[in-house]
Amino acid sequence: MSGIDHWLLPEGIEELLPDQAWRLELVRRRLLDAYRSWGYGLIIPPMIEFLESLLTGTGHDLDLQTFKLTDQLTGRLLGVRADMTPQAARTDAHALKRDEPVRLCYLGTVLHTRPDGFAGSRSPLQVGCELFGHAGIESDLEILALMLETLKITGNDQVHVDLGHVGIFRGLARGAGLSTEQETDLFDVLQRKALPEIETLLSSFGTAAPWKEHLARLATLHGGAEVLDAARQQFAGAGEAVIAALDNLAAIAAQAQRRWPQLPLHFDLAELRGYGYQTGVVFAAFVPGCGQEVARGGRYDQIGEVFGRARPATGFSADLRTLLALSTADASVPQDAVYAPAVEDAALQQTVAELRAAGERVISALPGQVGNAASMGCNRELLQQGGSWVVKDL
Amino acid sequence: MNDTLTIAVSKGRIFKDVLPLLARAGIELRDDPETSRKLILDTNQEHVKIVLIRTTDVPTYVQYGAADLGVAGKDVLLEHGGAGLYEPLDMEIARCRLMVAGRPGASAAGNRLRIATKYVESARRYYAAQGKQVEIIKLYGSMELAPLVGLADLIVDLVDTGNTLKANGLVPMDHIADISSRLIVNKASMKMKHAQVQHFIEQMTAAVVAARG
Repeated sequence: MSGIDHWLLPEGIEELLPDQAWRLELVRRRLLDAYRSWGYGLIIPPMIEFLESLLTGTGHDLDLQTFKLTDQLTGRLLGVRADMTPQAARTDAHALKRDEPVRLCYLGTVLHTRPDGFAGSRSPLQVGCELFGHAGIESDLEILALMLETLKITGNDQVHVDLGHVGIFRGLARGAGLSTEQETDLFDVLQRKALPEIETLLSSFGTAAPWKEHLARLATLHGGAEVLDAARQQFAGAGEAVIAALDNLAAIAAQAQRRWPQLPLHFDLAELRGYGYQTGVVFAAFVPGCGQEVARGGRYDQIGEVFGRARPATGFSADLRTLLALSTADASVPQDAVYAPAVEDAALQQTVAELRAAGERVISALPGQVGNAASMGCNRELLQQGGSWVVKDL
Repeated sequence: MNDTLTIAVSKGRIFKDVLPLLARAGIELRDDPETSRKLILDTNQEHVKIVLIRTTDVPTYVQYGAADLGVAGKDVLLEHGGAGLYEPLDMEIARCRLMVAGRPGASAAGNRLRIATKYVESARRYYAAQGKQVEIIKLYGSMELAPLVGLADLIVDLVDTGNTLKANGLVPMDHIADISSRLIVNKASMKMKHAQVQHFIEQMTAAVVAARG
């Protein structure tokens, strides 16, 4: 390794330099203030936990994404969090134990073993909100509203929302009597909408007549609101669970369209994000300029059960770094600070303290330093006029 | 919002076979790829552009949204894993088979079979499904040479007519998968440009059906 290599960061690990870091921090504050104004409690879960608790009730994918190490005090495996959602669910089930609805928000770094998503990051800054203890569509809509609010605050306004419901596929798979293994295989090809392979797979399962057609049609049910009507016709005889899922999705979509008439809604009944733990409506946000979803969420009612306390739950999360990278808001940082000369003077110190208290950035020159007011990032300076110090433009 | 549809196609056989299908959908190239050095080709439709790239790069371009759609061989998709892509249509072009081949009666020289291939993931999955422990040697071309010079016991490669195998004294053995080109779609494009993308898929589907004759 040559000397210069020592300074490179591991793949997918980023650092933020002052301008970017301040930009992110200012947005972070606005986000948390917004969540606070909605009554969400902030939690700061640990960076590292015993693996069992970190992965309880989640899928195989999260297991693969989690960095592990051995705890030398107990010999047990520790995991560095790859997703904060299960931590929020554990907090609700074990630490809070309330019967009322609980609203939690969080913002923190998670670590992934493999780069994924926009720019191939392995250390996303996950931000999200979770609502526990209410099973109705009102809480799904509240979470959807917060996801849209989050996108707006981060400067993403051309948002498209994709809606789906895992209950439809789950109901059809059950109706068709698929084994767990068959369900997994079919899930894989459905995620790719690989129509020819879906046909082949269903034939190899020997799936009976109406169910085969139902499952094959599922991958074509995507598009505008007309998809819901088509699904209602197709799945008329497919059982209560499927109809209930469709009704639930339609109710959420109708409300969403009423609340946000300008928001483009897209439906995709074969899109099964987080199928391992999601139980109801699932949604994701897309913005121009990014080929992948930038925020996702949905209902996951069973996760509390594995923590000993079944509670309905719904939530969303996103990577703040991605949202800022895609932001259309002005990212330039204006030069806005006052330069104070290197003079030992009580009146100067008093003026500087007053300016800082009023929210100004004041940079004190250091005796003998290199550079001037402009090169130190200032647009104004403190000058002595008569007996007092006044701020003058450079 | 950008309403151009960008389609990634690899040079060579797939490109040649795709052109007639595009023509059936009324899309014709303005630039001649044989003489033009351009990598982004205009078509007679203002909103449709073709990008010419290496075949193994097609899924990557489409996955990250650098192209909305693409045409990629199933062999390439099997290696890529297909995550983050839709593959709604079998274009039924550039057909061949992914096969195991070797010298007649070939067996492991050592403890484990050594397999030379460009298709590392597919070969690994195939042998893993059989519970066989094999050693895979990644090559970038001329796989047929490997068994002849003792680099490998068998090869996993695409077989079309089988003439290259025959000329080198190799025989096809096990059939792993049927290969043809697929239309692939970026997930975000499918959602944000749904009407346009869906229309294109339908046009291509019709073209594929018509090409069957």
